[in-house]
Amino acid sequence: MIPAYVDLSEASGLLVALLPEVFLTGWVLLLLLVVAWQHRSAEDQQLVGRLSLAGLVVTLALVILYWLRGPEPEGLELMIALDGFRYATAAVFLIGAILAVAISMHYLRRESILVPEYYLLILLATIGMMFMGGGADLVVIFLGLELMSVAVYVLAGINRRSIFAAEAALKYFLLGAFASAFLLYGIALIYGATGTTNLTLVYVQISAMGLQTDVMLIAGIAMLLVGFGFKVAAVPFHMWTPDVYDGAPTPVTAFMAAAVKAAAFAALMRILVQALAPMDSVWTEAVWWLAAITMVVGNVIALAQRRLKRMLAYSSIGHAGYLLVAVTSGTDLGTAALLYYVLVYTLMTVGAFAILTVVGRGGERDTRIDDFNGLGSRRPWLAFAMTVFMLSLLGFPGTAGFIGKWYILSAAVQADQFKLAVVLVGASILSAGYYLPVIMAMYMKDPVSDTAHVETRAVGAVRWVIGVTAMLLLLFGVWPNAVLDLAKEEGRQLRPAVLVTVSR
Amino acid sequence: MLQEYIPLAMLIGLVVFTAVAIIGLSHITLPERATPTKKTPYESGMPPLGGTRGRFSVKFYLIAVLFIVFDIETVFMIPWGVSFRQLGLFGLLEMLVFVVILLVGFIYVWKRGALEWN
Repeated sequence: MIPAYVDLSEASGLLVALLPEVFLTGWVLLLLLVVAWQHRSAEDQQLVGRLSLAGLVVTLALVILYWLRGPEPEGLELMIALDGFRYATAAVFLIGAILAVAISMHYLRRESILVPEYYLLILLATIGMMFMGGGADLVVIFLGLELMSVAVYVLAGINRRSIFAAEAALKYFLLGAFASAFLLYGIALIYGATGTTNLTLVYVQISAMGLQTDVMLIAGIAMLLVGFGFKVAAVPFHMWTPDVYDGAPTPVTAFMAAAVKAAAFAALMRILVQALAPMDSVWTEAVWWLAAITMVVGNVIALAQRRLKRMLAYSSIGHAGYLLVAVTSGTDLGTAALLYYVLVYTLMTVGAFAILTVVGRGGERDTRIDDFNGLGSRRPWLAFAMTVFMLSLLGFPGTAGFIGKWYILSAAVQADQFKLAVVLVGASILSAGYYLPVIMAMYMKDPVSDTAHVETRAVGAVRWVIGVTAMLLLLFGVWPNAVLDLAKEEGRQLRPAVLVTVSR
Repeated sequence: MLQEYIPLAMLIGLVVFTAVAIIGLSHITLPERATPTKKTPYESGMPPLGGTRGRFSVKFYLIAVLFIVFDIETVFMIPWGVSFRQLGLFGLLEMLVFVVILLVGFIYVWKRGALEWN
């Protein structure tokens, strides 16, 4: 059914290689026609949501099929990669999108946001992400990034009645466009120095032309890092993050914190490892500092937050720092750690935001940590799930977050970056100062009033999302081997294609 | 390598010189008699209708954005039409895919009521 080899220089070969993306794009076009006729009632919106969910699940199945027995490239990987890293990251984005759509279904109805295009934008953003994780060419990665970003700008402001959502959308749009410009300029400079935008050819050219000290190339890498720094919300490019995460509807925030960030990391890791490996003396240092500053600043500011949504926003900045540690190492183990942590991070972030949608109301901006007081006695299961998410975000042993963080640590140690490992451990200890108060509030404090938490009820798909993510986090915490082995194997695949061929 | 750019530099120089010369000469030679008509932005054009920072209906922007989409379609279509013979069947199929995607967007925009003014 699927050919064993495809020639990516032919249109038919590209079509085979891009089947999951092409399917999802076709599905979006069909749904657009559905929305053209069915956009008046909440039921129509629900229908579009269900169809989107179905499309995402089928795409996930296609990605897994390709993962198991996908075609090998005949010759050079032009435009799109055909490696495990692409499929692994695509699976993570799709899981993130599925969870986001699932928690949106009830949320949009409750907050009376009637915009069926919401789901289409999530699908479009997911297609962009798949191109970011799978692009074998800087231009394809950039196009994927733009497709994702433009869809997410709109999603941030989808609640037209909220001025905070408008602020979030405008801020995100302006700074995001700025970041895209940096990224594009970086790509242009790299093209200027090497004469190609293909990742493998960039690698070959750097070695062949002896560009290790080329100023234009180094400037290009710097621009690239600034652009991606904005997208992953690394300090000092994080200023937009709290306001945007705060103002956007909570399911969108979950999607941004999980999938959008994962996509930016996937693209960054692929570019650095596959194209710019000969320049590692240049970028390792820069990413080292980004990682260290991001971990410290993100976690310290999170300590001062009293409102949960903003606290989670700063916590996501801190987590970008942890992921940057994995990027800094630049090794196979680092890639594997990134893959594993991105999956775990998606599960725990979406889970935590899902609980926030259940407890909070009206955009959840004002939900304080005190609002969780006594949740343990009124809604024990919900409180238990929240405990799992908080402990996993903290990196507590027995949860998947611990395994992920331990894996990132060992990648840093293996790459002789002991100082960065120490910063990571320090930042994690610091983060206990804001994750644990949530658990304390739920179990050790009394409810504010007799009527507190009466309205707090997980309905429909949200219940499944919370239950499944919490269970998976516990499962991966005590039995991580299967996913870890998979991550290790795909991590080994992310190398410059030249080296892969040599090692075979 | 840089010598290839000399004609470009000459062109830029000529353009700047011409612009400066025209404005400079008229500034030096013409007597200045300021009348209210002469002080308006377009001396022989329409009289201005209020400030430049007035607010417009958001519908104008919507129409403008939709116009860009179809304008770009034309931008793609003309070079495609010029090199249609060289591109052959592949080119035809590619353009069909492009037009179908655009058509879906057009149907959506139409049914959603974005083309109606009220």
